Amino acid sequence: MMKYESQGVAKLYFIAAIGLFTGQILFGVVMGLQYVMGDFLFPEIPFNVARMVHTNLLIVWLLFGFMGSAYFLVPEESERELYAPWLAKLMFWIFLVAGALTILGYLLVPYAQLADLTMNDLLPTMGREFLEQPTITKIGIVIVALAFIFNIGMTILTGRKTVINLVLLTGLVGLAVFFLFSFYNPDNIVLDKYFWWFVVHLWVEGVWELIMASLLAFVLIKVTGVDREVIEKWLYIIIAMALISGLVGTGHHFFWIGTPDYWQWLGSIFSALEPIPFFMMTLFAFNVVNKRRRDHPNKAAVLWALGTAVMAFLGAGVWGFLHTLAPVNYYTHGTQVTAAHGHMAFYGAYVMVVLTMISYSMPLMRGQKAGNQKAQVLEMWSFWLMTVSMVFITLFLTGAGILQVYLQRFSEDPLPFMVVQEKVALFYWMREVAGLVFLIGLILYIYSFFAKGDEVVFAED
Amino acid sequence: MRETFTKGMARNIYYGGAVFFLLVLIGLTFDTVKGLPKTDNSENMTELVAAGKRVWERNDCIGCHTLLGEGAYFAPELGNVYTRFGESTEAIKGFIKGRPVDGIKGRRSMPQFNLTDEELDAVAEFLKYVDGVKTARDWPPNVQG
Ligand code: HEM
Ligand code: HEM
Ligand SMILES: [Fe+2]
Repeated sequence: MMKYESQGVAKLYFIAAIGLFTGQILFGVVMGLQYVMGDFLFPEIPFNVARMVHTNLLIVWLLFGFMGSAYFLVPEESERELYAPWLAKLMFWIFLVAGALTILGYLLVPYAQLADLTMNDLLPTMGREFLEQPTITKIGIVIVALAFIFNIGMTILTGRKTVINLVLLTGLVGLAVFFLFSFYNPDNIVLDKYFWWFVVHLWVEGVWELIMASLLAFVLIKVTGVDREVIEKWLYIIIAMALISGLVGTGHHFFWIGTPDYWQWLGSIFSALEPIPFFMMTLFAFNVVNKRRRDHPNKAAVLWALGTAVMAFLGAGVWGFLHTLAPVNYYTHGTQVTAAHGHMAFYGAYVMVVLTMISYSMPLMRGQKAGNQKAQVLEMWSFWLMTVSMVFITLFLTGAGILQVYLQRFSEDPLPFMVVQEKVALFYWMREVAGLVFLIGLILYIYSFFAKGDEVVFAED
Repeated sequence: MRETFTKGMARNIYYGGAVFFLLVLIGLTFDTVKGLPKTDNSENMTELVAAGKRVWERNDCIGCHTLLGEGAYFAPELGNVYTRFGESTEAIKGFIKGRPVDGIKGRRSMPQFNLTDEELDAVAEFLKYVDGVKTARDWPPNVQG
């Protein structure tokens, strides 16, 4: 059912992605409990360790997901086999082993000892949020990324060049380039923070949007049969708006870290435009599905695609806008409001777009056009369980955040942080319950790959 | 989308917009970096502060705390802890040193990192230096962080 045999390497990447995703959520649930039962697993797994495992697994599995997606998409768009399938397989194992060793390192030895073991002093890059990986792991990531980009780059350059595969390639090259800022760790804390955002912000509100938009465009072409010209025009205008708003929009992180005052204006204005590309993605997805030329048998994939567009707009667009203007951010900066937004944005945009690609491509790699009836029903159930519980996680954290802002920063008589945390504990309990529902949704999702049932009947096309 | 708006036009907006705003960001970055000495407290940057930043990183303090509002939200803001602790590096050191190994029952506890005296001096000096960074509107809003 695949058009090119080498597309099949994507399967390895997707299986690893789902496995690591499960690990991420397990640690999320552990941390959710530590929020309300502070001594849970203490001192064996302190909160900071659980947090690095949770966030680093997220990043690593999304990278697996992006790479798998690219390996599936690029041969089909380029109309040729992958340049070097063996390299894709080799890099898979290198990345998996490096990733697993890093996570085990976090869990098995104290972090300071891990820094010594990996000779962090030679080029200190550890101990910064999301960039906790030992320097040697970071170098490994760069090597894997280069080999990967070489592989898909050669496939594209020697094959058919489409807007979709060129935009995807641009996004992936950007991902690798901006990651290089993770090696810059000056002693000056303001400089350190300033350039840290060149990885984090320019990833999620810059080049990753190119990746997301191109993956979404690919799946939408496949499941709707809508004319490529139309889709490509949308794609260009979406990514144009993403970069026009998002590059200078980085300034919404330069309000309170010792950077010049003009960022208050620039950051607020440009980041206030950042919801536009996400809104356009929603319009795009619904528009294209409404104009579909065929009813694709893979209903689950269509649901994921539409869900991605909606949830990315809610999480990034709406929840981002909520706290992006400097006068609001003055109060909400670094509170549970940030955590609320971080969750829904990451889930809605990047988790869901990877799950969309998996949903579309996995049946094809398993020799079917779409999953069987039962598998699809289960997958759609898991979609709703995970998505609705993420909405509730976001709402509960937002509630906690608003109270936190009021009690700790706004009221006449501001209370200490730890006192406030106890006062909002009910919201953390509810978040934990929603987190458990998310976990159930994920288990169902995994189960759906194994469900047996009646084949779906295909409309001819 | 209407036919008068062609794919070529969309493509040009993308290339033009991306290149233009990337250049704007680079320009602003040069300006920001040039102007930093006014606010970044670099006049108080010493060997000890730099060593303190290493201690901060080696123990992943950011995994529980925020520093100038960035990090994790599990434990208090530390960008102004020097102020909150009565401008005393001794108080900061005492706190870090005094954490019970097995935590406090039922509560969120900070690990006992077993820092050496040199490490304690360094990390306290680092936190004092961060407190000296001149943030806009004197963020955080109050001493509670
Ligand atoms: C899919 C896209 C996005 C993702 C994955 C994302 C994710 C995140 C994450 C994880 C953080 C916390 C960073 C930290 O640990 O300090 C954050 C912060 C922030 N995001 Fe986003 N974001 C996205 C899009 C947006 C958009 C479009 C806006 C604005 C409209 C926005 C506004 C903000 C602001 C203002 C903060 C800083 C919060 C603070 O001051 O504490 N984000 N984002
Ligand atoms: C796909 C689902 C999830 C994604 C994409 C995700 C992503 C993230 C991200 C990006 C952060 C860093 C937050 C920031 O810096 O603002 C984070 C932290 C966290 N996550 Fe998740 N997460 C997910 C699911 C969960 C679940 C199910 C739970 C638990 C019930 C959970 C609990 C936490 C906790 C407690 C933190 C730490 C917040 C803090 O620093 O205080 N997460 N997660
Ligand atoms: Fe941002």
